[in-house]
Formats: sequence, structure tokens, C-alpha cells
Amino acid sequence: MNAPARHHDPALPGRLCSALIGLAVLAWALHLTEFAPGVLFEAAAQRETLRFLASFVPPRLDGGFLRDVLPAAWRTLAIATCGVTLAWLAAVPAALLLTRVLSFSALGRPGRDSSVFARALRTLVRWLMVFLRSVPELVWALLLVRVVGLGAAAGVFAIAITYAGMLAKVYAEILESAPAAPTLALLHHGAGRVQAVLFGLLPQCADELISYTVYRWECAVRSSVVLGMVGAGGLGQMLEGSMKMFAGDEVATLLLVFVLLVALADLLSAWLRRAWA
Amino acid sequence: MKRTRHAPAPSAARPWIRRPEPALAAVLLLVAASFASLDLHIAEFLSADNLAAAGRFSAELLHPALDPGFVAKVGDAALETLAMSALGTALAAVAGLLIARLAPTVRPLLNVLRSVPELVWASLLLIAVGLGPFAGTLALALHTTGVLGRLYLETFENLPPEAAFALRSAGASATQIFCYAELPQALPQLVSYTVYRWENNIRAAAVLGVVGAGGLGQMLAFHLQLFQLGRASTVILAMLVLVAVVDAGSALLRARLA
Repeated sequence: MNAPARHHDPALPGRLCSALIGLAVLAWALHLTEFAPGVLFEAAAQRETLRFLASFVPPRLDGGFLRDVLPAAWRTLAIATCGVTLAWLAAVPAALLLTRVLSFSALGRPGRDSSVFARALRTLVRWLMVFLRSVPELVWALLLVRVVGLGAAAGVFAIAITYAGMLAKVYAEILESAPAAPTLALLHHGAGRVQAVLFGLLPQCADELISYTVYRWECAVRSSVVLGMVGAGGLGQMLEGSMKMFAGDEVATLLLVFVLLVALADLLSAWLRRAWA
Repeated sequence: MKRTRHAPAPSAARPWIRRPEPALAAVLLLVAASFASLDLHIAEFLSADNLAAAGRFSAELLHPALDPGFVAKVGDAALETLAMSALGTALAAVAGLLIARLAPTVRPLLNVLRSVPELVWASLLLIAVGLGPFAGTLALALHTTGVLGRLYLETFENLPPEAAFALRSAGASATQIFCYAELPQALPQLVSYTVYRWENNIRAAAVLGVVGAGGLGQMLAFHLQLFQLGRASTVILAMLVLVAVVDAGSALLRARLA
């Protein structure tokens, strides 16, 4: 009879197996991404990179350049704000349509199931919203630039489309997760949907709704910079231009302004949350 | 600033800060100023010409190019995007873990890494490493290191200290404490954060190529520039499928871990 090995680990074969599979996948991924860290250390590339990085200091802060940068920063902020406003205008009705608690046809029915028409409408709206938010805003922007040309409109509508989908989904989830009793009580006593929303749902969910909307606005500010790079204007466009010119001092200023803008958005949203909380 | 960070806000000194009216006014002002200052040309946007153009455009988009040769190329680009996102996330997970455990003082560096979007990192990296998926992978890795590093740091800070303390009193080394007290406690949270970031990164990787960093984004930008809308539409479909597959995969993974 063989004595069992003293430190036999029953999990060993499984772990060895997954480690091998992991290594194989890693090797494949390294191949697919043309992973070549050597490039980073090639003398020529390094010289180029270092020269570019060295030109970051000092950042370009002369009056003429700043007079261009500040309007660009405002434009970035304005594109985000307009985009989120339009998204909000579309998301509110969509979210109300998606909220089952507000269904009239479900009132007084056991099991609370809405009519076939209402369910079909809800499914349709849900799929539309899924579609809107599944296509990244950058792709919407690229498509819109082809339709409406370069300019703020492409950025604003790209944000509006994507964020409408996101806001509608999350608004509906928040409204659904609130206790339904107050809303149902209002509806059963003959209140209209608007009254039920204003006096049943909103008092319970307002904090959460506001804080999510403000968070999304912060995200939109970040994303507005990126949209600028494909033609919406603002900081992103200037950044793209300065990088093409290898103007490191301008890139440094623009990145600084961008970080400041994001910090400003953080501050503003902290205030808004506090004011309503 | 003598007050500690968790002290209640001095609302008595600045009562307006806790009132909704000034905040509402500020929001309305910001929205009005934004719409007034942008050259949106909504009327022009909704003109008959433009709507007709949009109609033609959408009709072309509804006919994705499905010839096998092209679909194979899109498949390759999708794999490239998948590899970029996975490798970028993996590199960031390793770097984030190292930073969170060995150099927690570099928190400001993490903030800088995080506040620059992936796409901006990518276009900066194009200068250092040239066009292609490698630049995209590094860009994802840099941004994600900022995000994961901070999340990991917070996870380790919030661990209940008893297990580590017990090992330390028994004379365990720092490595042993990490392997047998901290890591086992933190692992589920770390994995869940990492998988969540991977989901985000697949979306980011899909569009990174727009600046030349490889994958589906590069194909999309290329075909849109040539106004080959059918082909662009195939690429967008591939992005949607890829994101849906990764979402389903990570949902499965998370359900198994939970």
C-alpha cells in the first residue's frame, strides 16, 4: 500500500491547469496587441518622447494663448451641460413610461400586470433606451459629424443620445425601487399620474435622482473633452491640434486646464448634492 | 482650516449653501448660458435638406456590409480590441496592486493617471510608441491603474485589522501578512472591481482606435472617413456584440464569485 504524500494539495491540478490556460491566453493577447515594451526604450523613440515631455515645462501661460483656452474650456463645459439637459428632457418621459408602478391598466388587477398594449410600449421604450446607450458617445459623434458637420451640435447630440439612454434606465430603476404604497394609494384615490409622481414618488427618490444626474453631468464634462477631439470643438480640439504640432507647452496648459475643469465640476456637484440633500 | 475632515459643515456660517433655491438658480443659469453661447443652429439642424441627408445616411447604415472577407477582418479587429482591453486591465491590476501595497503615498499620482481620459493618454502615447494596438493597451493600462489603484487602496484600508494584527503579533513577516491575512480578505472585492473596470475598458478600447490606437475604433474611423457607411455599420454592430458578450461574461463571473 502506498503511503499518501504528506503535503498533497487537492487543489493543485486545477490551479496548475488554470495557470497554464491563463499563460496561454496572456501570450495570445501579447501577440494580438503587438506588445513590444522594447519600443519604449529604443534610443530614437526615447529621444523624441523625452524632447516632447521636456517641452511640457514650462506650460504656455501667455495672455494670448489663455485668451483662446478659456473660451475653449467654457465650450467644453457648455457642450456637456447642453447635452445632459437635452438627455434629461428625453429621459424623464421615457423613465415615467418605464415605471410599472404608474401603470393605470394594472390598477386593481391581481398580480398587477398591465394591459398588453402598455407592456408592448414599455418593452419598445426599454429596447430603444438600450440601443441609445449601447453605442458609445464617440461613435454617435463620429456619425453626427458626417450628418451635421463639425461643430458643437455633433457633440451636444452625441451626449444627449447616449445619456438619455443611461438616465432613463437608472431613473426608472430608482423609481421602481422606492416603496410603491404611497404612489398606489394616490392612484387608487383618483390622483392623476403627474400627481402620483410629484407627491408619491419624487419625495422618496429626489435625493437619489439629483445625485445621479449630477454625477452623470460630471461624466459628460470628461467625455466632452474627448468629443472635442473628433470635431466638437473646445479643449479636445485644441489638445488634438497642439499634439499634432508637438507643442508640449500648450499640451501641458490644456491638460492642466482640463484637470481644473474636472475639479470645478466636482466642487459644483458637491454643492448641488448638499443643497438638496 | 482647523476643522477635521468629518466635522459637520459650517452651515450656520453659510446658510445659502444648504438651500435649494440658489443651487436651482445656478443650474438654470448654467443651462441658459450654455445654450446661449453655443452655435447649435438647431433650425438648420432640422432643415429639410439636413433631414433628407440624415435619412439617406441612416438608410445606408441599415445595410451593413456582410461579405465574408470583410466580416473576417472585423472579427480580427474585434479580437484585437478584446485583447487590448484584457491586457490593459491586467497590467493595471498588477500595477494598481503594487502601488496600493508598496507605495500608498503616491495617491496624487493615481489622481493624475485617472483624471486624464484614455483617449488623451492614447494620443500622447502615439508619440512614444507609434500607431497601433500597443499604444491603446498602454493608454488603457495607465488610466485604469489610476482607477484600480485607488479602489484597491481603499479596499485594503477598509479591511478589518484583526487578522493582520494576529499574524503580526505571532511574528509573521509583511509578505506573510499580505498572503495569509490581507489578500484572502480583500480578494473578492478586488476581483469584482477589476471585472467591473474590464467591462468599462472594453467600451473604451472599442473607440480608442479613433485616434489610431488599433482595434475596431481604427476601422470605424477609417471607413467613416471614406463614407463607406455599410462597412462602418458592420464595425458598430461588432462593437455592440463584443460589449454584450463581455457584459454577459462578467455577469457570469460575478455571479460565480458572489
